[in-house]
Order: sequence, then structure tokens, then C-alpha cells
Amino acid sequence: MLVTALMIIRLRNLFSVVMLSGVFSLLSAGLFVTLDAVDVAFTEAAVGAGVATVLFLAALAFTGSVEKPPASQPYISVLIMTVLAALLIYGTMDMPPFGDASAPIHQHVAPEYIHGAKTQIGIPNIVSAILASYRGFDTLGETGVIFTAGIGVVLLLRAGVPSRRRGKGEAE
Amino acid sequence: MKHHIILRVGAKLLIPLIMLFALYVQFHGDYGPGGGFQAGVIFAAALILYGLVFGLGELSRVAPLPNVITLMAAGWLLYTGVGFAGLVMGGNYLDYNILWSNPMTGQHLGIFLVELGVGITVVATMLAIYQCFAIHQSNELADDEW
Amino acid sequence: MVTDFSFIVAHYNYWAVVVLMTAGLYVVVARGNLIKKIVGLNLFQVSVFMLYISMGKVTGGTAPILTGKPEIFSNPLPHVLILTAIVVGVATTAIGLALAIRINEAYGSIEEDEILAADRAAEQQDACET
Repeated sequence: MLVTALMIIRLRNLFSVVMLSGVFSLLSAGLFVTLDAVDVAFTEAAVGAGVATVLFLAALAFTGSVEKPPASQPYISVLIMTVLAALLIYGTMDMPPFGDASAPIHQHVAPEYIHGAKTQIGIPNIVSAILASYRGFDTLGETGVIFTAGIGVVLLLRAGVPSRRRGKGEAE
Repeated sequence: MKHHIILRVGAKLLIPLIMLFALYVQFHGDYGPGGGFQAGVIFAAALILYGLVFGLGELSRVAPLPNVITLMAAGWLLYTGVGFAGLVMGGNYLDYNILWSNPMTGQHLGIFLVELGVGITVVATMLAIYQCFAIHQSNELADDEW
Repeated sequence: MVTDFSFIVAHYNYWAVVVLMTAGLYVVVARGNLIKKIVGLNLFQVSVFMLYISMGKVTGGTAPILTGKPEIFSNPLPHVLILTAIVVGVATTAIGLALAIRINEAYGSIEEDEILAADRAAEQQDACET
């Protein structure tokens, strides 16, 4: 995956960059399956490697498909990124070990939800139970965000307003 | 792309299967991985494939943009409607326990309706976004003297 | 030496995530093409998802789906948060792409320096006229 990320940075042909981002999403979906996150892998594969790539290609049809070479060598950016990476790695020194069952994240709320999904809700898929029932308000807001994004795109590209279409009669 | 026979025949075979799989993921999301979001995206992918292979006109005949925008709102309205049903029946907002006499059945019913609402909104949004991009392109090409 | 190696094994997931995160952030900051910036933002988002999901993994656990047998599950709470985040991410990407298309129509290019130069030229023209 690191190789894919480096190629995305270096390549200037935008078509290849978009394809590589789809490959990156698919690889991360495989990684999610290894980390036992099957719902997340499903969604990431469908959304990242599917719909997002289609939207990128549709947008590329409007704009050009080659990036201009950078005007000056971005040494300052590389320096800042290295410093930032060092700071973040320093920040993760105290994090609990990978896969530790006694980490604080697994102690308080999660066992309640796992128990409640069996006794109170009765649905085998715990993630669906939390998503729709225990954290239902979050999902309400998220659906609102998706709806707002759809409305935003329709308004930006003015596809739903027939009177303003210039020079085109019916949509064919 | 209509005249590429392999694409046409392949798409005709695949699109119903993809839609069926999307419905399976939607309604079986309680028992295995899946749920509203995944099913919505897969169904939208089937419709986008139809639009890519057979042309935007065919897709607009099957799913005209104003209807798709209405569906977007209807899905979210279903979700908030389930919440208000909880209020009306005497509990809290989005309380599923009182939707039925048996609280566990109430939870099942609530989750079923809520995931359906989410799935409908996601399908409609992905389809609307794709159609906006595509219609905009045909607008732009009609304007220039290409 | 043994302690150091086990420390690396315990934390290497965070370090890999940090490297990918800075790669994505570098694409956003140091490249001028708008579409490439949005791709870099996607890269950044996926690495943040990996951070959360790797925090939720329990060694010896399995996918959080009840099967009737008593077993250890990986923590389902980060899965729920990231599910929301993925879909919100694609919504943001769609709006970003729509904005890039409109900017292309208004300015004629999607390179950041050309857009800024056109803005500065327009400002200078306005300043000269007033």
C-alpha cells in the first residue's frame, strides 16, 4: 500500500492516479477483512473502489487529464511532513499495544453493546444493531449528510433546473 | 457503447443479478455483513452500469432525475418518520421498544425500517450525483462548437 | 533488544498509519492540481480509518457477528464510526469534484497557481478601475 501511495504522489497522469486510488481502496478493504472488520471492508470496497472511482472519472472527463509539473521543488513541504510524522510517531508511543484485549477501548461500552445485542435486540450482526439502534441518532445525522451532499451536487451542477439549460431542449 | 455486443449482453446478464444481490445485502444485513449503506451503493452501481452501457437517455427514462431527487428525500423522511412514530406512541424519539407489543419485535421492526430508509437515500443520492455529472457533460458539449 | 522488538511489533500499525497519513497530507499540500488534491484527501481518510480499525482489533478475536458459540469479538464500536465516516467521505468527495468542475468552467483550469493568478489579475483590474 505504501508503494501505491508513493506512485500516487509521483505520477502526473491523472487517469493513472485515479485508478491507483481505486486500487488503494481495494487493498485497504482487504486489510480491513484481516482486521476482522467485515462490514467496513464491504463498504470501503463498494464505495471507495466503486462509486468514488466512477465519480472521479466522470469529473476527469471535464478537466484535463495531465497535471502540470510543480513549479518549484517542495522542500519545505517535505520538511514539514517529516517533522509532523515524527511528532505523530512520538505521540503514539504511549498507545496500547496492537490487539491487546485489556486496552481501555474494550472495557466500558463495548461489552454492554455485545451483550445487549443478544438479549435486548436479538440481531446477530452487532454492527447493524449498534448502527441502527444504540447509535441511531448518529445514523440519522449521517443520512442527513448524504442527503445534503446530493442536494449540493444537484444545485452546483444545475442539472435539476430545466429553464436554465442553455441551448439544450429535452434531455436525451 | 451500445454497439459493443459483449458489453451489452454481459451487462444485460449482470445488472439483474447485481440488483438482486443488493436486495439480499439490504435485508440480510441483520444476520451477516451488510445493511443499508452497502446495499444502496451496490444497487446504485447496477443502475450506473446500465447508464454507462446503454446511454444516459435510457437511464433517464428508467430513473428521471426529479423522481430520484424525490426518492432521496423520501428515504430520510422514512427514517425521521420512524422516530416520530416512537414519539407518537408515547416513548422517546427513535425509541423502537414501543413500536410493537413485544420490545424485541419492536427493535426488529425499527431496525428494518430504518435500514430501508438509509438504503433508499443512498441509492438515490449516488444515482443523482452520477446523473448530474453526466447531464452536465452533455450540456457543455452542446454549447461549444466542437 | 528483545524488549525493543516487541515494542515495534506492538506499535507498528500506528507507525504505518502515520506514514500513509503524511503521504496523503503531502499530496494535498504540495500538489497544485485540484483533482489530485482530492485524491490525496481520500488517501488521508483511508489511513485514518485504518488507525481506528486497528485500534479495535483484539488478538484471537473474530468478526463481531453472533453465531451462538461463545467467542471473543473484535470491538464493534470503531466499525460503526468508520462505516459512517466512509459514506460521509464519499459525499465530501462528490461535492469537491462538483466544485472542481465549476471552477474549471469559471477559470478555465484546475491548477491552483493559475487560478490564484487569475484572481489577482481580476483584483488589480478592479483596483485600477476604482
